[in-house]
Amino acid sequence: MKSIKVYGPGCKRCETTVEMVKEAAASLGVEAEVEKVTDPKAIAMAGVMSTPGIAIDGKLVHSGGLPDAAKLAGWLQG
Amino acid sequence: MSADITSSPQRAPRPDWVWHLGVLVFVVVWWLVYQQLIPASEWITALFPIDRHSHTGEAVAFFFYDVPKVMMLLTLIVFAMGVVRSYFSPEKTRALLSGRREGVGNVFSAALGIVTPFCSCSAVPLFIGFVSAGVPLGVTFSFLIAAPMVNEVALILLIGLVGWHVAAIYLIFGLSIAIIAGFIIGKLHLEGWLQDWVRDIHSGANTATVLDEERLSMVDRYRLGIEAVREIFSKVWVWIILGIGMGALIHGYVPQDLMMRVMGAGTWWSVPAAVLMGVPMYTNAAGVIPIVEALLGKGAALGTVLAFMMSVIALSLPEMIILRQVLTLRLIAVFIGVVASGILAVGFLFNVIF
Repeated sequence: MKSIKVYGPGCKRCETTVEMVKEAAASLGVEAEVEKVTDPKAIAMAGVMSTPGIAIDGKLVHSGGLPDAAKLAGWLQG
Repeated sequence: MSADITSSPQRAPRPDWVWHLGVLVFVVVWWLVYQQLIPASEWITALFPIDRHSHTGEAVAFFFYDVPKVMMLLTLIVFAMGVVRSYFSPEKTRALLSGRREGVGNVFSAALGIVTPFCSCSAVPLFIGFVSAGVPLGVTFSFLIAAPMVNEVALILLIGLVGWHVAAIYLIFGLSIAIIAGFIIGKLHLEGWLQDWVRDIHSGANTATVLDEERLSMVDRYRLGIEAVREIFSKVWVWIILGIGMGALIHGYVPQDLMMRVMGAGTWWSVPAAVLMGVPMYTNAAGVIPIVEALLGKGAALGTVLAFMMSVIALSLPEMIILRQVLTLRLIAVFIGVVASGILAVGFLFNVIF
């Protein structure tokens, strides 16, 4: 079970990222709990400076812009 | 088996030279099409049952020339800047700025504001990221003022629609305002006017999480450029069409003597009025520059128009509301006051000179 956090104040790209992560996890058969973090304080504390950011099991793997689909799959399987 | 999650199945990767060639061909075709815009717009205008030299004719010709011209300029430049921006990131910019002294730091910061990828929706995390890493408050403000105000979209539209000299003036004075306003805010030592929780992060808590730097190939950078173009078009095309439509109406219908009286250099109150009008207007460079062109064409004074444009882009209400999460109202008031004074100064200066 992976714990995935998507950091973003609620812009359109952040929503898209959440969907991408969910779909990727489902299609790869990776069990994952996806949480959306919208609190600016929490976003800042996670070290995310450009949103959306993605952290998997507490490790920040991506920040700024939509994630690349192939890379996303890599993070989920790693 | 990592590729089958994309919506379109991935083909075998093209070799790099196909990409380089593709970019080259694109630029050549772009250039050829761009040369044909005036004849094409005249041809389209001639299809309408209107007199070419009437008000309506002028407005229609303006619209059909400017819309494709702006779209084409945007495509090329946003792509190029998307590639350039891939060499920069907020994290790298922060590293370059942290611990830098004020003064030099403000100059660096404003310049980096042009090339660092920035979206006002992540202004808050960026602000905190900067301040918590020891970037002085005033230097952070220089960045936050320059990043939205001086950007490639604004500059290219100015070059394309108004002329390179106005673009150069905008670049120089936009940067000056960002540098000086940030410097002043730094000198006022307003760190105490941040929201409490921001101060707490500032004084202790570390945000040392660092993202592993990805290595990008040239093809990755092209892809980022294409992505940037897609995003600009999905976001700003409505503004461009509205802006050019407004510009076309001004071109065709607003009487020249009225414009001279209201926005001419002889009317001192036109500069503050332009700044005030600009604040609640929420559009971006793409929407406001066609209006700027039309206003100038009708005899509005350069200083007044520059003040209007800077105010629309740099002092936007939605951005203030976003920044309210990290700044107290007092600090926002100082920020608006300092930037607005800078814009007023630029406006008056140009109305006196020209």
